Amino acid sequence: MPNMRLDKNPMPEQPADVRNKNFLEVTTGYTEEMAIDEAQRCLHCKNKPCMQGCPVAVKIPEFIALVADGDFEGAYQKIKETNALPAVCGRVCPQEKQCESKCVRGIKGESVGIGRLERFVADYHMKNVKEKTEKPVLNGKKVAVVGSGPSGLTAAGDLAKKGYSVTVYEAFHTPGGVLMYGIPEFRLPKDIVQKEIDNLREMGVDIETNVVVGKTITVDELLEDMGYDAVYIGTGAGLPSFMGIEGENLNGVYSANEFLTRINLMKGYKFPEYDTPVYVGKNVAVFGGGNVAMDAARSAKRLGAENVYIVYRRGKAELPARAEEVEHAEAEGIIFKLLQNPTRLIGDENGWVKGAEVIHMELGEPDESGRRRPVPVAGSEEMLDIDTVVVAIGQSPNPLIRKTTKGLETNRRGCIVADPETGKTSKEHVYAGGDTVTGAATVILAMGAGKAAAEAIDKELS
Amino acid sequence: MPYKIVTKKVLNPQIFLMEVEAPLIAAKAEPGQFIILRIDEYGERVPFTIADFDREKGTVTIIVQIVGKTTRDLAEVPEGAELLDFVGPLGMPTPLEGIKKAAVIGGGLGTAIAYPQAKKLHSMGADVTVITGFRDKDLIILEDELNAVSDRLIITTDDGSNGLKGFVTDRLKELLESGEKFDEVIAIGPLVMMRAVCALTKEYGIKTTVSMNPIMIDGTGMCGGCRVTVGGETKFACVDGPDFDGHLIDWDSAMKRSRMFKEYEQRSCDEGHCRIGIQHK
Repeated sequence: MPNMRLDKNPMPEQPADVRNKNFLEVTTGYTEEMAIDEAQRCLHCKNKPCMQGCPVAVKIPEFIALVADGDFEGAYQKIKETNALPAVCGRVCPQEKQCESKCVRGIKGESVGIGRLERFVADYHMKNVKEKTEKPVLNGKKVAVVGSGPSGLTAAGDLAKKGYSVTVYEAFHTPGGVLMYGIPEFRLPKDIVQKEIDNLREMGVDIETNVVVGKTITVDELLEDMGYDAVYIGTGAGLPSFMGIEGENLNGVYSANEFLTRINLMKGYKFPEYDTPVYVGKNVAVFGGGNVAMDAARSAKRLGAENVYIVYRRGKAELPARAEEVEHAEAEGIIFKLLQNPTRLIGDENGWVKGAEVIHMELGEPDESGRRRPVPVAGSEEMLDIDTVVVAIGQSPNPLIRKTTKGLETNRRGCIVADPETGKTSKEHVYAGGDTVTGAATVILAMGAGKAAAEAIDKELS
Repeated sequence: MPYKIVTKKVLNPQIFLMEVEAPLIAAKAEPGQFIILRIDEYGERVPFTIADFDREKGTVTIIVQIVGKTTRDLAEVPEGAELLDFVGPLGMPTPLEGIKKAAVIGGGLGTAIAYPQAKKLHSMGADVTVITGFRDKDLIILEDELNAVSDRLIITTDDGSNGLKGFVTDRLKELLESGEKFDEVIAIGPLVMMRAVCALTKEYGIKTTVSMNPIMIDGTGMCGGCRVTVGGETKFACVDGPDFDGHLIDWDSAMKRSRMFKEYEQRSCDEGHCRIGIQHK
C-alpha cells in the first residue's frame, strides 16, 4: 500500500538565522528512514508522467521503487543510466517546473519529492560506495570538448564511455563551469562537483585548464592541426548583461558573474586567507529575479550585509528563480522589492554608489513570451539607500568562439545555431549545446544537450 | 600543465623579470596582449602584460613591479619553480599596421609593457622614438633593449639624476613644439601619466593609443570587473582592449575604479595567507 500522506517529507535544513551567517549547505538531506517513507508515496503510475518532465528522462518510478526497498545503490545505478550528475541535479533542478510538476500526487497535495530522493541516492552512493571506474577500451578516435560546465562534462563522460579519447578545454583554472563559479557552496558544495569531475578523469577524460579556445587555440586548429575528429562546444552563456543606466560603472557595482566568481571560485568569502577580496557594504541591492539574483543576495547576506534587497520588475508569481530558493531567501531575511525597476544609480564624490532610484511598475498586457509586461507607473520614483549593487539581469554567450571560428552560424542573440536533436552546427564535425545554444537556461537542459550530442557524434564517427 | 619559471632577473629594487614556460601562449602572443596568473591555491588571478615572448623556446616573459601582496609573493618564487596557473594570450593585440613614425612612451613599469610595441614597430621599419621616465637613475630598466629597437631613446628621471630631469610629457612637449610629427603616440604607464600624455597630444591632434590597466578577475569577458568608459560606452578592457583611443577614455572614472579595493589590498598585505617558508616545487 502506498503512503497516502498528502505532503512530502520536509527537507531537514539549518535554521535560517544560523545559516545566513555561514556558507555551509542549507539543506542537510533526507535520512534513510525519510527517503524510504517518501519513496513509498510514489503510486507507480503506468504512463509515468514524471519522466516526461525530466529533460534526460531519468527512470523515476523505477529508481524510487528501489529506494522504497532500501536498495539505495541499485537506485543510484538506475539514475546513472541516464543522468551523469545526480548529486548536482537533485540539488539545483527546478523540479517544480519539471518532473515534480507532472507528478499525479501533486494534483491533490504535494508531489513526490523526486529531487530530494535523487539527491539522497547520489549522496548515499558517494558516502558509502567506493567505485572502481573501469577505463573503457579506446576506439582510436579523438573528440575535443570546449568548456567544462554541465553540458561539456556530460558529453565528455558519454563519449569516454563509448571509447573516444576525450580532451576537455577549460578557460578557468578549475573545471565545472557555473557549478564552480556560479552556484554557491551553500546550495551546491564544491566537493560534490569535484567528485563528479574526478570520476570523469578516472574514466580517462583529459581536462586541460587555462586554455581559452578562441585565444590560446581555436576550434579550427583543434580540427585541422590537432587531429580531433569532432568538437563539442559547451561554452555556456557567460557574458553579463548590464542595464545601461546612469551610474553603472560606479564603485560598488558588480555584475553577478563578478560577484559570484569572486566568492565561489576565488573563495573571496574566506579573505584574507584567500587573496581575492570581495567588497560588500551594509545595504545591498540585487537587480533581477532569477536563481543568479537569489544566489547573489543570499551570498551578500552571508558576507555580513545588514539589508539585502531583491529589486525585480515583475511580481512574486513571475520570479524565474526556483521556488525553494525564493523561500530560502525570504527565510534568511532577504527583502523583496517587487514590481520595481532601477532607473539610475547615484554616486558620492569618491565614485562609490550611494543610492539607486527605482520606479514602481504594474503588469500590463502579456508580451510575446506570454508573460505580462511590466509598465512603469509615472511619477512613482523613489530613492533606495544602498552602497552595493549586483546586476543579475541575465547573460548571453561569450562572442569569443563565434568571432574566431570560420563558418559557424549564430543567431542575432549571439547563440550558436544547432539542431535541437543532435547539436549539429553549420560547421562540419562541430556540435554545440547547453546555454551557448539556448541562452541561459538550466543545468539539466545543458546536460541533456551534451548527452544528445555525444550520441550524434558517435553516430557520425562510427 | 606546469608553468615553470625558466629565468628570473631582478631589474631594479622594485621590478623583476620572469620568463615562464608556456608554449601555447608563446605561439600566439602579440604586442599588447597579456596573461593572467595565479601563484597557488590561495592566490588571486592577476593580469600581467606580455613583455616579450620566444616562440621557439616556448616562453613568455613578464615584468613585475612589487606593489602589493601577490606581486610581493611572486617576488619570492624562485627560478626553476612552477606557477599554478598561467593563461593567455588575452586581450587584443595593439593595432600597429600602417604606422610610419611613432612615439612610444612608457612610465616606470610601463616601459616594460611598451617594449614589445617598440620592438614590433622597429621590425616593421617604422621610425620609433621611445620616451621613458623613472623616478631616479637607479630605477632605470631595459635601457639596452630599448636602444636596440628605437631610432631615438630619451630617458628622463623625475630628479634629474641621469642628467635629464622632468616627466615624459615634458620631453614629448619639446618634440612637438619643435615641429616633430608623429603618426601615432602609444602611451603606457600609470593612469595619471597616460592622461597627461593624452591631454598634450589632443592639442596637436595626434592619435594616441593607451593601454588600460583596470582590475581584472577572469580576463575573458565573463564578469565586467575591468569595464572602462570609452567615448561614453562601456567596454571590457580584457576583451575589447586593453588598448583604447586615449582621447575617448573617461579618466576620472578609471581612476576611481582602480581604487575600489584599496582597503582590502592593504589588509591582504598585512593579514593575508603567509607563504613564507612554503616549499615551491
